[in-house]
Amino acid sequence: MILLKTVNLRKQFGETRACDGLNFVVNKGEFLSLVGSNGAGKTTLVNLISAHLQPDSGQILLEDRDITFTTVTERIKAGIARSFQIVNLFDGLSVFDNVALSVFSREGKTVKMARLAAHDHDVRRETLEVLGQFGLASKAAVPAGGLAQGERKLLDVAVAYALRPSLLFLDEPTSGVSTHEKAQIMDTVSSVVRGGMVTAVVIEHDMDVVFRYSDRIVMMHEGSFLADGTPDEIRANKEVASILLGAPLTA
Amino acid sequence: MAILTIQILNSLLYASVLFLIAAGLSLIFGVMRIVNLAHGSLYAVGAYVTAWLVGRGIALGVPLGWLFLMLPVGALSVALIGIVIEPLLLRPFYRRAEEYQLLVTFGLLQILEDLMRLVWGGTPLSADTLMDVLPILRVGGLFYPAYNLLVIGVGIVAAVILWAAIYHTKFGVMLRATSQDRRMASALGLNVGLVYVMAFGIGCFMAGLGGAIVVPTQAAVLGMGIDALVIAFVVVVIGGLGSLKGALVGAVVVSFVRTAGIQFFPELELAVLYLIAALVLLVRPTGLFGTA
Amino acid sequence: MTTDAPPLRNRSLLKLVAAAVPVLLVLIMVPSLVGTYQLQLVIYGLIAAIAALGFNLLLGYTGLLSFGHSAYFGVGAYSVAFVVEHLGPHSMEFYLLIGIPIVAITSALFGYICVRHTRIFFGILTLAISQVIYSLALKLYWMTGGSDGLRVPRPALLLGLLSFSGPQGFQHFVRSYYYYVLGIFVICVILMWVIVHSPFGKALQGIRDNEVRARFLGLQIRRFRWISFLVSGTFTGVAGILWVPLNGLTTPDVLYWTFSGEIVFTALLGGFRNFTGPIVGGIVFTYLKTYAVASTEYWQLLLGVVLVTLVLVLPTGIVGAISRAGQRLSRRKAAT
Repeated sequence: MILLKTVNLRKQFGETRACDGLNFVVNKGEFLSLVGSNGAGKTTLVNLISAHLQPDSGQILLEDRDITFTTVTERIKAGIARSFQIVNLFDGLSVFDNVALSVFSREGKTVKMARLAAHDHDVRRETLEVLGQFGLASKAAVPAGGLAQGERKLLDVAVAYALRPSLLFLDEPTSGVSTHEKAQIMDTVSSVVRGGMVTAVVIEHDMDVVFRYSDRIVMMHEGSFLADGTPDEIRANKEVASILLGAPLTA
Repeated sequence: MAILTIQILNSLLYASVLFLIAAGLSLIFGVMRIVNLAHGSLYAVGAYVTAWLVGRGIALGVPLGWLFLMLPVGALSVALIGIVIEPLLLRPFYRRAEEYQLLVTFGLLQILEDLMRLVWGGTPLSADTLMDVLPILRVGGLFYPAYNLLVIGVGIVAAVILWAAIYHTKFGVMLRATSQDRRMASALGLNVGLVYVMAFGIGCFMAGLGGAIVVPTQAAVLGMGIDALVIAFVVVVIGGLGSLKGALVGAVVVSFVRTAGIQFFPELELAVLYLIAALVLLVRPTGLFGTA
Repeated sequence: MTTDAPPLRNRSLLKLVAAAVPVLLVLIMVPSLVGTYQLQLVIYGLIAAIAALGFNLLLGYTGLLSFGHSAYFGVGAYSVAFVVEHLGPHSMEFYLLIGIPIVAITSALFGYICVRHTRIFFGILTLAISQVIYSLALKLYWMTGGSDGLRVPRPALLLGLLSFSGPQGFQHFVRSYYYYVLGIFVICVILMWVIVHSPFGKALQGIRDNEVRARFLGLQIRRFRWISFLVSGTFTGVAGILWVPLNGLTTPDVLYWTFSGEIVFTALLGGFRNFTGPIVGGIVFTYLKTYAVASTEYWQLLLGVVLVTLVLVLPTGIVGAISRAGQRLSRRKAAT
């Protein structure tokens, strides 16, 4: 079942066609990797879908609803959330508060001035649950600015995940961490996301990660789609595989 | 008709001074990304120093013509203050939160304002004898001091020199490179620290020059720095922070509006200016030509 | 699913109460320990603390530095003076009843204009607005008394239950007024503490730390900043309302930019990244200023030098420095 669809989506920056008439389809429940060289337009596509940017032309449809001209807030309410390539956290707040803020915002409780945040047991319970899923429970009281890089990347995803989206965009969730940590992060992210039945679109450069965790791989190049298929199908497509990997694959 | 001409000339005079102040502010912001809240006070220092020098000169019997040299000397003294301030008070804060920059320059503002009071006291300091050196012209049936035309001239010359320097000299290229990407410029071997000090010095020179050329027409008084700061910001809001063209356009706009405002609403002259600034900010938050 | 996350906020709440109770006891005892003049100083200190507390909601918790908070203090003071001139009873409750909505509306109005802008322009706009109000207070002298200002006689407290006249009237007034202000001070502290620790307060801090992320959490940035401005200006306005009956007089000085500078200074002095910083700053500054004004005519210069020194050397303020020293001590204890 199709969760999100773009119709002829275009975005141009001066001469550069970052998105050149894209018809992007995301199926419900799948774990999709968006790959391609730098400047291929992956982040721009995510920015357009998350309302960070407005398209020059084209449409974005969420379950057949046209959301092309909706605002960031409306899109979040519709169930689209994202994390960031360069970690974007509330460094002055504790790890707990970072996630709790997501929950409060989702529940519309941020208007409450007259009650203590700590006294909202529902939010507290849910926050601890999410922190536990991401392995951050022991760091709950630590200010987000004091975490190690790998933990920061996990927290960035957790904050987006706590919005309980139906569609979650992750922009390079493993960039900047050691190979060992990459596996840890992707294991966690993958199991939480699948367990929560959230559809995920992940921008990734690490091909090991991509092939290991994805249901489907979409490859972008200079604003258009070059390939689209399951890891096996991509592997079988020698041309695409060699562009992706720079050398023939051994299965 | 003559009155109109005089009004226009007065507006251009005011615009000239405003341009110098605002261009200095914009230059500093454009290159260094800092906003110097003490900028208006530096303008005031320029006015006071110049007036004081002229006064001393007259007391010592120096011929009036020579005293015109006190104008650039006054401006230079402010530039010197700037060159001392930058490494001492501003450099420690480039990597810190923006609030600290604002706080430090605010503290500097307080220091300068009270220093002026300490050195020169509460009575206004004037240098109007300097105006007598130049003839009085006839405009229609009215009289107009030629000195005012000099002020307008200085403003125009400054604009041209600044524009030429920024866009047609090697130093200008350095300035622009540093303003666009500090780290990149540094990686390319530019001495960013030196560029910063020089940019700040030039910005302060302009503020000081504004004070120096205005003081023969209106005496230096306490509090002129604060008013200048706020009006300079109105100029920069309208013209856009970081833009030379914007400073020019903004200065002209503010000046003419102020002249018109004084005609019709003398009580609310200041309020009218702020109203315009607020309106511009509502419609175009970065100003007409801004890069902020 | 059990976790071993500690009960975070309960601990900090207990700590706060434990620290606050002895302080409160001392404050209650003060009138029996000091004379009338000193008592007035303490009252001014508490008033400054309230003003700084309000100011810091905007700076410390929302990340917006206002250089024009004197406007709200002054509007509070002048609204009391207008009430005295034109309306009825000289009753403190009446002053608060009329004054608080006026400062709230003023803050809401100017806040709406100011929060549309980034930090630098925000700061200048706040400064510009306060200068406009200052110049209006100066120029519209038939309404505001111009540079002479307006007199405000001693009000009655507690709905007229307590009024003060006769030879010992002033001393009695100061004593009673002290408890009155102390009561309002405690209410303000509790209110602000709750606001800052509420979901709203957390959202403000999130916006302060990372505006982009906050937007991508679905938060309406401008609206939060506006409400923060409104609350902030109102608290500072309440300080102004409390100030003028004791001072007996309000003049345009209280609207001038230098007064805004003092408010900024108090927050920095105490430390703007802590809740109690502005409170400490307000009280300490009141004493500092009194002695500075007494010793030199150029205390503005002194203030500027101290401000710059503080920013260079002690940017976290008094409370920040104390808490950091405390952390270092506890770390050393844990290590041994």
